[in-house]
Amino acid sequence: MKKLSMLGLSVPVLSIALAGIFPAQVKAERLVIQGSTTVFPITVATAEAFMRDNPGADISVRGGGSGGGVRALVEGGRIVAQSSRPMRHKEKMTMQAAGRNPVEHTIGLDGMAIIVHPNNLVTGLTMKQVRDIYAGRITDWKDVGGTPGRIVIVSRDIGSGTFGSFVDIVMKKEAIHPGAIFQASSGAVVEAVSGSPHAIGYVGMGFLDERTKAVDVDGISPTVENVVSGIYPISRPLFFYTDGEPRGLAKQYIDFVFSPRGQEIVAEQGFVPVK
Amino acid sequence: MKKFFRRGKGIEFLFLFFALASVFFLAGIVVVLFSSGLLILRTVTLREFILGRYWHPLFYEPPAYGILPIILGSFWVTLGAMCIAIPLGVGAAVYIAEVASPQLKEILKPVIELLGAIPSVVYGFFGVVALAPFIMRLFDLPIGFTALTASILLGLMALPTIVTISEDVISSVPVLYREASYALGATKLETAAKVVFPAAFPGIVTAIILGMGRAIGETMVVMMVAGGSAIIPRSFLQPVRAMTATIGLEMGEAASGSPHMHALFGIGCVLFVLTLLFSIAAERFSIRFRRQVGI
Repeated sequence: MKKLSMLGLSVPVLSIALAGIFPAQVKAERLVIQGSTTVFPITVATAEAFMRDNPGADISVRGGGSGGGVRALVEGGRIVAQSSRPMRHKEKMTMQAAGRNPVEHTIGLDGMAIIVHPNNLVTGLTMKQVRDIYAGRITDWKDVGGTPGRIVIVSRDIGSGTFGSFVDIVMKKEAIHPGAIFQASSGAVVEAVSGSPHAIGYVGMGFLDERTKAVDVDGISPTVENVVSGIYPISRPLFFYTDGEPRGLAKQYIDFVFSPRGQEIVAEQGFVPVK
Repeated sequence: MKKFFRRGKGIEFLFLFFALASVFFLAGIVVVLFSSGLLILRTVTLREFILGRYWHPLFYEPPAYGILPIILGSFWVTLGAMCIAIPLGVGAAVYIAEVASPQLKEILKPVIELLGAIPSVVYGFFGVVALAPFIMRLFDLPIGFTALTASILLGLMALPTIVTISEDVISSVPVLYREASYALGATKLETAAKVVFPAAFPGIVTAIILGMGRAIGETMVVMMVAGGSAIIPRSFLQPVRAMTATIGLEMGEAASGSPHMHALFGIGCVLFVLTLLFSIAAERFSIRFRRQVGI
């Protein structure tokens, strides 16, 4: 019995200890990109294409949320941070105080889609209705023109850039009702909404597929054209952040993302190219 | 001869180092945890932190750092898990130790232990794709991510701990007890129920407490299937947020040195104190068991 409890104790202790001894170390010829799960599909697809063209290059892409990526960069990690929200003032200050200079690269735009179950009769909502639903003031689908039924609010966890953008753009800093379901990734939001006829969720446009239905917001559909022209109300830039101007492999890769081929991949992934 | 002795000493020190390593790491973790976690008390009072009903750590003005709904969320899923794991686990242990034929025992024990070898993310995945939709249809709920869903999975995950330890405990009740009982004319069932089980009881309590520790500390499953709503639970059929899930979900966004980070460490402290109490209780019962059966 004693042996067992010791075992239970020492396994987490060991893994924590290992994580402390071997932090994400990066060799010069290796590039690590870390952060937003929204930007993740773009990064993976462009990195794969880049590595096919440059067999010597070694790029690894990690998720973890915008906050995690930006924090790793701020705290001195030799990485490229991918983020679906701009770096905060405080984060920039911390980095500059350490004598380093964050450089922002806007690699694409993302329209944020409001999604519902495919069987939901609602096809459009106003910004105010979305805000009222997420704040818990509208609780039944019949109040927004749907079949009666209690609305299930699905949100990203607060560690995500998507959450931050949603709170900024849609909620105008108002609190999301604490009774919401919180999911750890955009994929999990799609999963939850596709499985629940009464659910509403929000994800980047790249996550739209036949499993859920995107509703119009203020009468505008979340399409690439509407985001480019600026009439779709919920859109945001997607960023890479580097410590100083990128050099070496990081520069080659970021140049590739901005190349016509790279921007084509951005569009293929369901996002809006910037060039 | 002298050389051999020296080498022996060297090895002894090496193993002393191994033995002390765990203690050293544990001490390090405790120091880091509490030195960061207690800083939340500069922002809110202990009462506001533990009994506060609202958790709005980011983006909102003013932020709120109340973890009562989160503590209760952890308690609910753990309680639910125990309602499932205790009858199943103790029942299975009694069956394996007292009733099952040796051949059946050879099959049952490893299979139950295998449950413990499944990574928690696999349980979570199973919960998302199979159990949550099932719960949703069964109870006609708007969504299947509920305290019950998490409880069922955590119960399954705690089973191997409870079964294995309970079975060991029951098997280690001295044969003398059973023989004395049979000699008095008791049947096998009467012996199991009235002699072996009471003798093994403190040991079984140890098993249950260790299983509880497993359930309350589990992160991945509650993050994936419990729903994550930071509201005070009123039913097993509503989404809840556990302490572990809160730390797991939000650590990425919390800036180092911010009250939010301190609050997450504070939750870690609460969790640590709880599991420590569980461990102490388990040890107490374990000692009582050994004394009771004289081993």
